[in-house]
Amino acid sequence: MDWTPSIVNRQGWEQAAASLQRGEQSLLSLWGEPGVAHLALIESNKISLFRFDCAAGVFPSVGRLHPPAIRLERAMQDLAGLQAEGAPDSRPWLRHAGPYPFLPAEGESLHQIPVGPVHAGIIEPGHFRFTANGETVVRLEARLGYAHKGIDALMAGASLERAASLAGRVSGDSTVAYAIAFAQAVENALGAPVPARALWLRALAAELERLANHLGDIGAVCNDASFSIMHASCGLLREHVLLAANACFGHRLMMDVVVPGGLRSDLAPEGARELNALLAFIRRRFPELVDLYDNTASLKDRTVGTGILSHALAQQFAAGGYVGRASGRHFDARRTPGYAPYGTLQFEVPSVQAGDVNARVWIRIREVEQSLALVEQILAGLPSGASHSALPTARSTSEGVALVEGFRGDIFAWVRIGSDGRVERCHLRDPSWFQWPLLEAAIEGNIVADFPLCNKSFNCSYSGHDL
Amino acid sequence: MTFKLMLRNFVGGPLTEAAPPVDDAALAELAAQVNQASRARLGRTLSIREVDAGSCNGCELEIHALNNVLYDLERFGLRFVASPRHADVLLVTGPVTKNMREALERTYKATPDPKWVVAVGDCARNGGVFAGSAACVGGVSAVLAVDLHIPGCPPSPTALLSGLLALVESVST
Repeated sequence: MDWTPSIVNRQGWEQAAASLQRGEQSLLSLWGEPGVAHLALIESNKISLFRFDCAAGVFPSVGRLHPPAIRLERAMQDLAGLQAEGAPDSRPWLRHAGPYPFLPAEGESLHQIPVGPVHAGIIEPGHFRFTANGETVVRLEARLGYAHKGIDALMAGASLERAASLAGRVSGDSTVAYAIAFAQAVENALGAPVPARALWLRALAAELERLANHLGDIGAVCNDASFSIMHASCGLLREHVLLAANACFGHRLMMDVVVPGGLRSDLAPEGARELNALLAFIRRRFPELVDLYDNTASLKDRTVGTGILSHALAQQFAAGGYVGRASGRHFDARRTPGYAPYGTLQFEVPSVQAGDVNARVWIRIREVEQSLALVEQILAGLPSGASHSALPTARSTSEGVALVEGFRGDIFAWVRIGSDGRVERCHLRDPSWFQWPLLEAAIEGNIVADFPLCNKSFNCSYSGHDL
Repeated sequence: MTFKLMLRNFVGGPLTEAAPPVDDAALAELAAQVNQASRARLGRTLSIREVDAGSCNGCELEIHALNNVLYDLERFGLRFVASPRHADVLLVTGPVTKNMREALERTYKATPDPKWVVAVGDCARNGGVFAGSAACVGGVSAVLAVDLHIPGCPPSPTALLSGLLALVESVST
């Protein structure tokens, strides 16, 4: 991973923020540590990092010019004590203390519906404040942070092994993608070589994770439209993926399989056979479920035209994953900037313009098909050799960066390793940071009853966002 | 298409896995917690309210799996309910973040007696990998009296079933 670091003064920082405002670059992340603010941007496939030293703990707000940065700045205040000068919103975000003032919504006949943090289903904790006019949502404001576990602070000073284990538990559904992002950032910092077989097996695990999540989500979206046969059928396919993952890597979600330097354990001897059986099973069952989805008018009536996210907002917020690709933002970290072994694998990145719930379902359907093809290619071309190599000893402080495509979108990882080989600071940015605010935009003007459908079609992470 | 799928499901026989053995360790842990009166009242059915008190979502994925056609939790008389007011059991995951503490306490208070608290996963036992974090309380037992722990990171659906079946056994025998 190539990236350009620069230490900037106030002017340089503000220029970077202005380039975001003009849409010349996309925001990858914004994070802090005491006395230092960091900004990461991407332009085509070029990643730049800006470091702004602010001994007084104050830096010029990026969110003032570029709204997607607002929540990240609020988190910086909570986690690193940094203040964004001129920020449009200075309410706490991840640290909860005292009453929380929600944004006002005023007008005749409006009423509020508070939901959460404990929801009716088996869902992560978060609070949604709806303001509705009759059935129609006028404003939705999410309050997050309930799953805030203090991961940034736990990372500081952790051994690489412990930090990898923490990274794999930022968001349990994306444990493989997070572990790869963290491992790549560490390997980038230390200049560590990784055996080709490990890179291929990582991709195998990542595609299995994508398959499991997409299959689960397709069923769950349909379930939120009360079409339970899709849910039951997709749930069976998802379960088969997890059983195969367990047979291949010894853990259903593949936690702690990927570590810096490679993999903790190689593919089990019966892995290839299990996976071939899995591919055959899904390829036999999935097409008829796709037909069923596509030909059930009462279901499509719920998903088509519901929760539309505009292309302009998806672009401005650099929305990753199916949220971006269903609204015409054609970005995939496996391609841009890209990482091995995807350069040698054949796959398409599906993208449509409609931006509704239906579009987000179809992107997932197409990605299931692509992931099946990727698993097949990986099994056919899997290099032999070691699946782990020892990391070089850290001799001085070093920084590394990674951008990895999880099922939900691109996960950004930055790590600084000290001369003692331990993590000094680590920042992991979930794709949900830029998707949660868009859910609020997508639901506007829809009916309250369609919120579960919209929410599931976004399927943002609470834990990954709350850190 | 729906008809074809349903027909196959009808004639194809159940996909459900055989019931796992009841977890002996869990039975022993529960023996002291369940009294005769509540046994009589509940029979063999338990309603479960799941509370994510700050987990990574890994436990939730496996709890979800209990409802899929392979594990089919409801055949054992166990079902998930939408409100703590309908629940007999709180199934709590996560290291209990400071931000979730009050919500967890309020959920518990909203649950009618008799009630049991099951802590699911290593985080819920003692904070797990997040133990010692300033943002976490550290384990469900720091907030509520816990009747049963089901360990694992996350526990597999089979492990969850074994633990929950032990709860049903204790309540109904």
